[in-house]
Amino acid sequence: MANTAVADPESGLTRAQLAQRYGLRVAGERPRLVEYARRLWAYRHFMTAYSRAKVASSFSNTQLGQLWQVLTPLTNAAVYYLIFGVIVSQNKNMSNFIAYLCTGVFVFMFTQTAVSNGTSAITSNLGLIRALQFPRAALPVTVTLVQLQQLLMSMVVLAAIVLLTGEPITPRWLLLVPMLLLQTIFNLGLTMVMARLGSKITDLKQVMPFIMRTWLYASGVLYPVALFRQHLPHWAATLLEANPPLVFIELARYALLDSHQAQLVSPPTQLWLLGVAWAVVMGIGGFVYFWRGEEEYGRG
Amino acid sequence: MADQTRPEGGTSVVDSGRIPTVVVDDVHVIYRIHKGATGGSSPVSALKRIVSRTNAPNIREVHAVKGVSFTAYEGEAIGLIGSNGSGKSTLLRAVAGLLPPARGAVYTQGQPSLLGVNAALLNDLSGERNVVLGCLAMGMTPEEVKRLAPEIIEFSGINERGDFASLPMRTYSSGMGARLRFAISSAKKHDVLLIDEALATGDRKFRARSEQRVRELRDSAGTVFLVSHSIGSIRDTCERTIWLESGVLKMDGPTDEVCDAYENQK
Repeated sequence: MANTAVADPESGLTRAQLAQRYGLRVAGERPRLVEYARRLWAYRHFMTAYSRAKVASSFSNTQLGQLWQVLTPLTNAAVYYLIFGVIVSQNKNMSNFIAYLCTGVFVFMFTQTAVSNGTSAITSNLGLIRALQFPRAALPVTVTLVQLQQLLMSMVVLAAIVLLTGEPITPRWLLLVPMLLLQTIFNLGLTMVMARLGSKITDLKQVMPFIMRTWLYASGVLYPVALFRQHLPHWAATLLEANPPLVFIELARYALLDSHQAQLVSPPTQLWLLGVAWAVVMGIGGFVYFWRGEEEYGRG
Repeated sequence: MADQTRPEGGTSVVDSGRIPTVVVDDVHVIYRIHKGATGGSSPVSALKRIVSRTNAPNIREVHAVKGVSFTAYEGEAIGLIGSNGSGKSTLLRAVAGLLPPARGAVYTQGQPSLLGVNAALLNDLSGERNVVLGCLAMGMTPEEVKRLAPEIIEFSGINERGDFASLPMRTYSSGMGARLRFAISSAKKHDVLLIDEALATGDRKFRARSEQRVRELRDSAGTVFLVSHSIGSIRDTCERTIWLESGVLKMDGPTDEVCDAYENQK
C-alpha cells in the first residue's frame, strides 16, 4: 500500500523507520534464547505461586480431597500387583517383587504425568496466554513443579512400602535425590516438547494413552528387566535398556532395593551416565524446541 | 487534528512533535478457525480427506484484518469502532503480540497488555488467588502484589455483596469476573493498554470508576485502546477514534467526527 512508503512527510520516514527511531519493538517478538531464559527466571514467583495454587485446587471437587495424592499411586500399585504378582505370576525368581513393582510404577508415573499434563499445558491455559504476555515456558515449568510436589508424597508412600516388604535402609537411599533430580530435568524437557506438540496437534491427546502404555511395557516396570535379554534379539534389548524411564527406574531400584543389586540391567556407572545424558539432551533440547514456537502459542 | 483525517485511505499523518507508542504498518492478520462439527464429518469422509490430502472442511481461513496502518502516541486514548466481526478484537490481539500478522508489522513500546472480557483467568481458583497470580504474571514482585492486592479487590467491588474474593472464580457472574479482570489488569502502569469491551459489562457505578481509571492510566503517559460497541463510553473516554469495517480502516480521526459519521451511516 502506498501509505507504507512515507508516514511522516516532514522527515520522510517510513513507519518502520519511525518505529526504529523511537526504539519501538516488533510486538510479540521472540527474544533470544539467553534473554528468554533470563525473563523466565524473573517469573519464578509466578511459577511457584501458580503451582502451589494448582496443587491446592486439585481434587478440590472430590470428597477425599488431597488424600487422593496418596491413594492414586497406592491403587495403581495394587492393581498391577494383583495382575502381575498374583494372577500372572512372574515373580518366582524375584526376591521382593512388590517393592520392585512399586518402585517401577511410581517412577514411571512421574514421567507419564509429565507427558499427559505437558500435552495440555498450553491448550488448557489459552485464556491466560491470550490475556497476558509472559514467557510461555512458565507453563510447562509450572506443570513440572506441580508434579514435583506430588512426587514427594508418592516417594513417602514408596519408602513405606519398600520398608514394609523387608528392605533395609542403606546409605544408598541418598542416591534417590540425584536420580530424581535427573529425572525432573528430563521430564521438564519432555513436558516442553509435549506442550508445543500438543498446542499444534490437537489429535495428540487421543493417541497419547496408547503410546504411554507401550512405553510402560517397554520400561520393565511390570516384569523382571532381565526378560528383555532372554526374549529379544541383542540390538532390541540394548535399545530398550537405554530407554530413559527404564534407566531412571533401575537407578531408583539400585538406590532403594538391596535385593535387586545382583539383577540390575546394566552396571550402575553405565546407568548414571545414561541418566545424565538423557537429562542434558532432553532438558536443553526441550527448552530450545519450546522457545522456537514462542510466538505462536496464542493462536490456539 | 481535523486535518489528519483521511477517510477510506487510512493514512494518518505523523505529528513529529509527539512520541509514538504503537506503529501499525500495513498489517494483515489471517487466522484459522475450527468450525466445529459440520456436514461431512463422518469417519469415512475424514479418511477420504486424509487419503486425498485436502484440508479438513471444518477449518477455514479468515482474513480478519486487511492492511491497516496507523500510529498511536503517548497519552492518547483511541477508540475502535465498527460492526461485529469487523476485526477490532483481532487487531488488538495483533498489537498485543498474541496473533502474529501474516504481512506487515506492529511496533510497540514496551509490552502492550490486552484486557478482554472473555480472557478468563483461572476459574478453579479463588478471586484472591487470581489477583495474586494475575499480578505476578504481569511481572510484579511479590512485595508489590502484597501491597496492591487489597486495593485491587476493593476496586473491583466483588466484595460488595459478601465475601466473594475467597470463592472460586467460576462461581462469579460474568460481570463480576470482568470487573475483577479489569481491576487486575489496570493495577499496573502499562505503556500500552488494550481494552476489549471490558467496560461494557460492569454496572453503572463500576463503569464510572473504570472510566476514571482509564483516564488516570492515560495521564500517566500510557496509550489506551478501547474497543466498544457503546459509542457513549467511547465519546467519554477517547479523543481519537478508528473505524474498522470488514478488516479495512475506514476512518481515523477525532472521536466526534468519526462517531458522527459512524452513526449517520447506520
